[in-house]
Amino acid sequence: MRLAVEHVTTYTYDRPVRRVVQSHRLTPTACQNQRVIDWAVTVSDGVRGGSFRDGAGDRIEGWSVKGPVEAIEVRVKGLVETQDMAGVLKGLRESVPAVAWLGETAPTAPDGALRDLAAQGAGGDALSLAHDLAGLVAGAIAWVPGRTDASTSAAEALAQGEGVCQDHAHALIALARLRDLPARYVSGYMFDAGEAGEAAHAWAEIWIEGLGWVGFDPANRCCPDARYIRLGCGMDGAGAAPIRGVARGLATESLQIAVAVAQAQQ
Amino acid sequence: MSTYFNEMMDRGAVRPPYAQLQGWVDQMPAELRNLKQAEAEALFRRIGITFAVYGEGGDPDRLIPFDMFPRVFAAQEWFRLERGIKQRARALNAFLADVYDRGEIVRAGRIPARLVYLNEAYEKAVAGFRPPKGVYSHIVGIDLVRTGPDEFYVLEDNCRTPSGVSYMLENREIMMRMFPELFASNRIQPVEAYPELLRSTLASVAPANCPGEPNIVILTPGHFNSAYYEHSFLADMMGVELVEGQDLFVEGGQVYMRTTQGPKRVDVIYRRIDDAFLDPLCFRPDSMLGVPGLMDVYRSGGVSICSAPGAGVADDKAVYTYVPEMVRFYLGEEPILQNVPTWQCAKADELTHVLENLGDLVVKEVHGSGGYGMLVGPKSTKAEIEAFRAKIIDAPDNYIAQPTLALSTVPSFVEQGVAPRHVDLRPYCLVGERIELVPGGLTRVALREGSLVVNSSQGGGVKDTWVLAE
Repeated sequence: MRLAVEHVTTYTYDRPVRRVVQSHRLTPTACQNQRVIDWAVTVSDGVRGGSFRDGAGDRIEGWSVKGPVEAIEVRVKGLVETQDMAGVLKGLRESVPAVAWLGETAPTAPDGALRDLAAQGAGGDALSLAHDLAGLVAGAIAWVPGRTDASTSAAEALAQGEGVCQDHAHALIALARLRDLPARYVSGYMFDAGEAGEAAHAWAEIWIEGLGWVGFDPANRCCPDARYIRLGCGMDGAGAAPIRGVARGLATESLQIAVAVAQAQQ
Repeated sequence: MSTYFNEMMDRGAVRPPYAQLQGWVDQMPAELRNLKQAEAEALFRRIGITFAVYGEGGDPDRLIPFDMFPRVFAAQEWFRLERGIKQRARALNAFLADVYDRGEIVRAGRIPARLVYLNEAYEKAVAGFRPPKGVYSHIVGIDLVRTGPDEFYVLEDNCRTPSGVSYMLENREIMMRMFPELFASNRIQPVEAYPELLRSTLASVAPANCPGEPNIVILTPGHFNSAYYEHSFLADMMGVELVEGQDLFVEGGQVYMRTTQGPKRVDVIYRRIDDAFLDPLCFRPDSMLGVPGLMDVYRSGGVSICSAPGAGVADDKAVYTYVPEMVRFYLGEEPILQNVPTWQCAKADELTHVLENLGDLVVKEVHGSGGYGMLVGPKSTKAEIEAFRAKIIDAPDNYIAQPTLALSTVPSFVEQGVAPRHVDLRPYCLVGERIELVPGGLTRVALREGSLVVNSSQGGGVKDTWVLAE
């Protein structure tokens, strides 16, 4: 499938700021599941910094804006050819061993309810266990936008039984790690003709020995297919954030995100 | 306490390296000694070398006690120590280069994968990145204790930012000023070259794209840090800038320092702040001490950071157990310096042994430092032992245990005159293009009678450490 992405993030400040520095994870992962035909990231008034592939294989790029500015626009525009590989991530070169993704972070820290849910996971092998856990998360957390925010933890989302893709991913990561399956948070885009979809999307990857990393998207009760574009991963949502940044100054920042993913003509 | 090895006296005879000191101390009247002690204290006060201790309260500017009686090594003794220290520093760096690359030692089954990759100090962010010259730990501080004429044990390794080297230099400076005659009658190898060796070590790991002479800075968390004196002292001695995070910024894949003449490019950062605080975009987002974007510049090769982020995985107390294995695995040599036998409470059978012998053991927190959160069994009350037992049972993974070592003693000036006190040694090995070790180090002394805890936070003092020429 050929997907066209337009992703504009606008930061506005109530007073001018200087020395805005950002670290981007905004380039599609170099893997067999997807091929970049065209891709460009620009930052208004920005100077491009160092660029490299990190230990997890993600392309990272630094940017800075000297300022003073009252707004910054990060614009991503590109075209990607994707393939359905039944959720299996193929051909990604990475240096971090799978076992390192068993650690725990605050948003994915287990509580009693997560432990109980993890214990319900059945399945003869790791793959069916992972599918089972993804199903349990989808059943336990209904997709309801606006009820959680970026700082909501897996435990909190499970307690209220509602959340969005970030909460599903955090909960699934927590369950998988409790069952000794390495797991990580993936951020990316999703093309969806339906209404429930979030074009800026997140899901989880679980390490299945012998198969490698397999994506699971509890929010859509499926594994990533040709509708998905993968940008990068981390231990949790904050670690996998497409943009991390800071500005000097005491300004209050407001954020606007517009993402459109469309199927392009061949 | 005749079971302890006294480095000066062996069965009533003075050991050769201390030969000159016997007469010196015999001829020093008590009044002169007191006068000299007061003079030393005044000198330390004047140069401003103080040591604030976390968690103790009280005077943050209190002096660390200086004991004028030097600790002396013969050339032959040092020769063996030097080989052992350099060997260990090479192995630790080889280990770091390996675990951030292919992890051969893990694949070979010589160290458990989880111990390395789930270690708090393992940084995913630098996996696959090779720092200049492949060096991760540029200043390796190896804490040694001695239990006999030829028996040395490594207590722990410090691969991040070992502190205390300013004491090594200042102690020598003060001794030379107060007792010049000792330096005439003993052939003492100099340690003054350390700052210049540190500078050239740091320069040797400048990024490949560095144009000309590298610009080196020391990055300090600020004056409230307990080692701030040392940061400014070393910057002074090396002739480099001392900076805080806010003095630096990144642009276009480089790090710059704000100066009155405009931005100046920075090539090598000797950082004295922890990984977690280096860069809010990569590590702790709430850090105000670091430089936003620094890790992106580092990982794309625009600046060198010493020690390399992630170096701490080699000096973790649980990883320590495997250092002799690293020496064999990477260097194909037998370790010259021995580890202290260590029980890991994370292992069920070893935990049982520890709990059954708490009264005889020293128990430490795996991630602790500075002598906090440790139990010295033989010096503790029953109640203290029981309280500690509960802590271990609660989180066994957090603790390791070691036998109480019979630390050697060196004569020290105490109120009653001269008496043996227990000591340890921290030499500072420099690793860059070459491996360098100045003949000396920091000797810490437990000034309280019978005490085996040399940490300055627990009543420890320092001594000048001599290595004699052949």
